[in-house]
Amino acid sequence: MSDVAIPQAVRTRITAREWRNLLISAGLFIVAGLVPLIFGGYALQLSVSIVMYTALATSWLLFSGPTNYIALSTAAFFGIGMYTVAGGIDLVPYPLLVLAAGLVGAALAVVVGLATLRVSGVYFVIFSLGLAELVRQIMTWLQHVLGTMSGLYVTIDRSEPMYFWQLLLLTALVFLVGWWIGRSRLGFALRIIGNDEVVAVHCGINTARAKVILFVISSAFASIAGAIVAPRWGYVEPVVAFSPSVSFQVVIMALLGGTQRLWGPLLGVIPFVLLWELISIEFPDQTTLLLGVCFLLIVYVIPNGLTGLIEDIWHRRGKLSGSSPGALQRVLGASAGSVRNRLQRRKSHDV
Amino acid sequence: MDIVIIGLLLGGTYALMAMGLQLQYGVARIMNLANGEILIAGAFSTFWFYAGTKASPLWALFLVAPASFVLNWAIYRVLIYPLVRRATSQGKLEVDSILATFGISFISVGILLTIFGGEYLDYSYLAQPIFIFGERYGLNRVVAFLAAVVLCGGLYLWLHKTRAGLALRAVSVNPSAAGLVSINVARTSALAFALGGAVTAMGGGLLSMFLTFDVSLGVVFTLKALVIVILGGVGDIRGTIVASFILGFAETAVATLIDPGLTLAAAYILFMLVLLIRPEGLFGRRTA
Repeated sequence: MSDVAIPQAVRTRITAREWRNLLISAGLFIVAGLVPLIFGGYALQLSVSIVMYTALATSWLLFSGPTNYIALSTAAFFGIGMYTVAGGIDLVPYPLLVLAAGLVGAALAVVVGLATLRVSGVYFVIFSLGLAELVRQIMTWLQHVLGTMSGLYVTIDRSEPMYFWQLLLLTALVFLVGWWIGRSRLGFALRIIGNDEVVAVHCGINTARAKVILFVISSAFASIAGAIVAPRWGYVEPVVAFSPSVSFQVVIMALLGGTQRLWGPLLGVIPFVLLWELISIEFPDQTTLLLGVCFLLIVYVIPNGLTGLIEDIWHRRGKLSGSSPGALQRVLGASAGSVRNRLQRRKSHDV
Repeated sequence: MDIVIIGLLLGGTYALMAMGLQLQYGVARIMNLANGEILIAGAFSTFWFYAGTKASPLWALFLVAPASFVLNWAIYRVLIYPLVRRATSQGKLEVDSILATFGISFISVGILLTIFGGEYLDYSYLAQPIFIFGERYGLNRVVAFLAAVVLCGGLYLWLHKTRAGLALRAVSVNPSAAGLVSINVARTSALAFALGGAVTAMGGGLLSMFLTFDVSLGVVFTLKALVIVILGGVGDIRGTIVASFILGFAETAVATLIDPGLTLAAAYILFMLVLLIRPEGLFGRRTA
């Protein structure tokens, strides 16, 4: 019973179609890797933030996509990654620190996951919401007790293209891990959990363990991303490193793109980073207000994200021409859904 | 002794704020993450009232409560109810309402920032000492505590002695069964949500008598209220009151003995303990 949730090596052979997709993706990554050779200055800075948020939003999706648990802890793990680098920069070589950041993030995720993921999803959301603030308070207090300054300097020299390539490599790794999980037993277990947790338990899935494993993977990636960009910021202090807006932006980007596909967040990250850049230049005092408007727009206008929107249009066209495979199934599914909706609507009218 | 009394006074005021969230989450089943912003709005309005009229801030509550009631009722009808109707399951509704109330919370922060600015606001009302067991305490804390006790007591009696209160409690136990005994669930939920908002805003008004506020603190109060509600058990008023005092003591103890910057950490340790030991809360019913 317990071995259901254990990730095993790839279950089936990789099909020709999957080889093709892998090759296409690898090609796209190589093309993306050429960006710093073409662009410089401001355009490159924007590209670095796009890659960083792609890595963060996609790793967020690894856990929150299949389980539907909105994790608001990205900022906490991102900040921890930064602090690991800032704290150890004089003692340990930098590449080891990046690895260590992943391990520290993973360790915290294990503790948080074990405490909160065994019970209802709402508690996890609440806990993750305050996690950044909690770690920030503890860090501030520790620095106060240890008598160090309120911030730490990270003084190693890295050029902007270097950050871009490191983050791109991380993004590629996130995608690869996400793809591998998607076809493993673990990914299958998570999709069942996301659909109906009760069913998952009755199938003999150790739901808590599956959720914790995924949360740990997802959080470790966020920490590594923090570790990579720490030298870019130069000076790390609690208020900046644990700024909660990182968590919210990551959630918005991933939801805007759509959580049904691994590449969904990418579709959200690119327009949102550009939009946010525009907003912070044009309306620097109204950013919070506009962030709220973005949240509401996503919930009420595009609940399934851009990928959901695109697929909807695709399906509708397929249904009209009647040629797409499985059209009957979708029609059946849709009518079952609408009957259920209608029933519910009637119920809520009557009461 | 200090810690016990200050914790008691703080806990009493927290109870009022947490009761508001309890009504919204326990009865209307909406995890309202904009709760803290309503509290801040209540605190700021009280500040405004006091600065403008110089009358006792307690009078401000009579304006703050109805205003917040109407505002929260409108929020429920316009923004939340469509989500309730759209949701295919409780889990989907929770995700949607968390995201939507997040949006509302950010928008409120933005609006409050434009109206009041980003500074810390506080005012001095009844800042004279009062002696309890030979130790001195701020009179404003004691007055706020007494007001909170009166309001909590009134709410408790209303919930337990009136027909409308009974309907609220029925919906809290089981919304679909409540519908079967001809309770208008949609209207009762809206009432509970609006009432919860009013109670939270009054809690903010009372807290503003002795705490300093700024706009960004909303999230912290949301978290405190959530910790109290979960610690006490969702849907149980007695639990909420007991949990408020526990949090009041824990925070005061940590603030006096270790560091005032660690109050949220104290709340979180409580939260962790509850989740590990008794996830249904002190007075909660264990579900299968």
